[in-house]
Amino acid sequence: MEEILEVEDLKVYFRTIYGDAKSLDGVSLKVYEGEILGIAGESGCGKSTLVEGVLKLVKPPGYIHSGRVIYNGKNLLELDGDEFRKIRWKEISYIPQGSMNSLNPVIKIEEQMTDGIISHTDMTYQEAKEIALEALSSVGLPPDVVQMFPHELSGGMRQRVCIAMSICLKPKIVFADEPVTALDVVMQKLNLQTIGELKEKFGITVAMVAHDMSWHAEVSDRICVMYAAKIVEIGSTIDIFTNPLHPYTAGLLEAIPSLEKRFAKSIPGIAPSPLNWPNGCRFHPRCSKKMDICEEIDPPLKEVERNRIVACHLYGGG
Amino acid sequence: MENLLELKNIVKTFTRAAFDFTREKVVYALNDVSFDMDVEPKILALVGESGSGKTTICKLILGLEEPTSGEIRYKGIPVSDWIKKNQKEYRKEVQIIFQDPFETFNPFYRVDRILWTVIEKFNLAKNDNEARSKIEESLEAVGLRPKEILGRYPHQLSGGERQRFMLARVYILRPKLLVADEPVSMLDASLRAVFLDHLKDFKKTGISCLYITHDLNTAYYISDYIMIIYAGKILERGSIEGVIKNPLHPYTRMLISSIPVPDPTKRWTDRVRIDITQLQRVSGRETIKGCVFYNRCDYAMDTCKGSFPPMKMVEGHEVSCFLY
Repeated sequence: MEEILEVEDLKVYFRTIYGDAKSLDGVSLKVYEGEILGIAGESGCGKSTLVEGVLKLVKPPGYIHSGRVIYNGKNLLELDGDEFRKIRWKEISYIPQGSMNSLNPVIKIEEQMTDGIISHTDMTYQEAKEIALEALSSVGLPPDVVQMFPHELSGGMRQRVCIAMSICLKPKIVFADEPVTALDVVMQKLNLQTIGELKEKFGITVAMVAHDMSWHAEVSDRICVMYAAKIVEIGSTIDIFTNPLHPYTAGLLEAIPSLEKRFAKSIPGIAPSPLNWPNGCRFHPRCSKKMDICEEIDPPLKEVERNRIVACHLYGGG
Repeated sequence: MENLLELKNIVKTFTRAAFDFTREKVVYALNDVSFDMDVEPKILALVGESGSGKTTICKLILGLEEPTSGEIRYKGIPVSDWIKKNQKEYRKEVQIIFQDPFETFNPFYRVDRILWTVIEKFNLAKNDNEARSKIEESLEAVGLRPKEILGRYPHQLSGGERQRFMLARVYILRPKLLVADEPVSMLDASLRAVFLDHLKDFKKTGISCLYITHDLNTAYYISDYIMIIYAGKILERGSIEGVIKNPLHPYTRMLISSIPVPDPTKRWTDRVRIDITQLQRVSGRETIKGCVFYNRCDYAMDTCKGSFPPMKMVEGHEVSCFLY
């Protein structure tokens, strides 16, 4: 597998009157070609900020403090607006969180889709429309949809329109931020399968942000678990589920209610604030396996096995 | 035995937009729904997808909407009478928790105000000291530390804390019936279990709960009984173990097979069947004579088109399907 995108020590801060909130505090990550990378973690851990940081979509008061995003040998964060525009959508596209509500309610689907295509290429309207139709059919929507307004479609179908929009220009990577949240189970399944097919049909690499571990179990190849603005563990889906190394990952897995085991255990305590992360390991106030060292030294990410990276003092002193 | 809550042949229709002359104007949100809840505290789950009429049921029970036909009785007295004659008493006994913990608070007031208002309106305490100790007791009952919570503004609390704060409000009132409309869908997985455990504790103190959700996992986690609703009709109901372990209706089976199993070795192998007629879903509802699930059903037969299948007792629970 070849690396397609690399994030190096990315830091995204938000200016507040109490000082900078470190919403993303040094994240390094590699995305391999043709995989589905799952990004998991509870709300407020920086999942969405990571995606926004990579795509340079952080809005004030947020700003990218430092770090590098390498794509095709170039550091994306050094490109200026126009240069980045050529890559965004065409090579790296994005399905924003709650995107089913981001469609303009008074414009037909056809115009919304062609608008994006035309502004990023020099196609004619007719060509753009054909591309839009092709993209819609590849996510399983009938062509009549283009003549409709967003309110005529159900939430799940609107979400698939957004998936179709993101793949119109055959990008290399799609960042999907909570693509199935707020849909009912049947629609969730359908949309997850649609995302899984992007990889098989078009060879598109997908980075999917989702808080629910069971969705990752269904489609992701690798999972990257985040906690308090940092990555705590990366590993293949099978490894993460069968043998979670970090105590936080183990806690996340135990918190999933399912029809097979009729109990679920929650992780005690609440997530810390980005204005004031705890010293040492950020998970130590909630950790059941806390040691003295955890309060003082923040464990670095360390490769403990092949393709298995974890940041915890339990696995070598760091 | 007397029922706490009784819904009998409830039909609720909504009129469509006035300018849309081309189509029939009436949409059936609920079509002949009947169920009841025991006096004995139980948790009843009402499961269905978006647009199936779950929230309409919740509004009818609270008396926020009147049914088009049919009757809702609380302790044997119609809800409309409760609202007209004894609204305060009814509000004290029947409480609700809404889905979105971010929009139920007034951002200008400290959170304490919610609990103080409740105590004031329902004369729950004789003096300030008693009120304060009641507030602290209720917060502790839902696992919040009064010192950390009181005096704060809503934006300073997390989603899980806000939702539990709403539970504290319910706890102060000690209602007989709690209607919870998707209370955990905005919460993280790790916080859900905490919230649901409190609902279980409430049951022990004598609070029945109608738990409205689209998530079978959490329904299975806390409920005693379950009802599956689709397009305004109840398709299957019975004890939670019976329905989940032995689903009879094709729709229930579809719901259960759509739940992602948290095990990467057991991925889905089948595809979801998409109903293209769902495109016209909004207008389709009023014309259906037969089974509401006909268009999406794998086992659809000719008889299904003719009339809606009646509820039948099969293998320990009730199901409305011509297969049985």
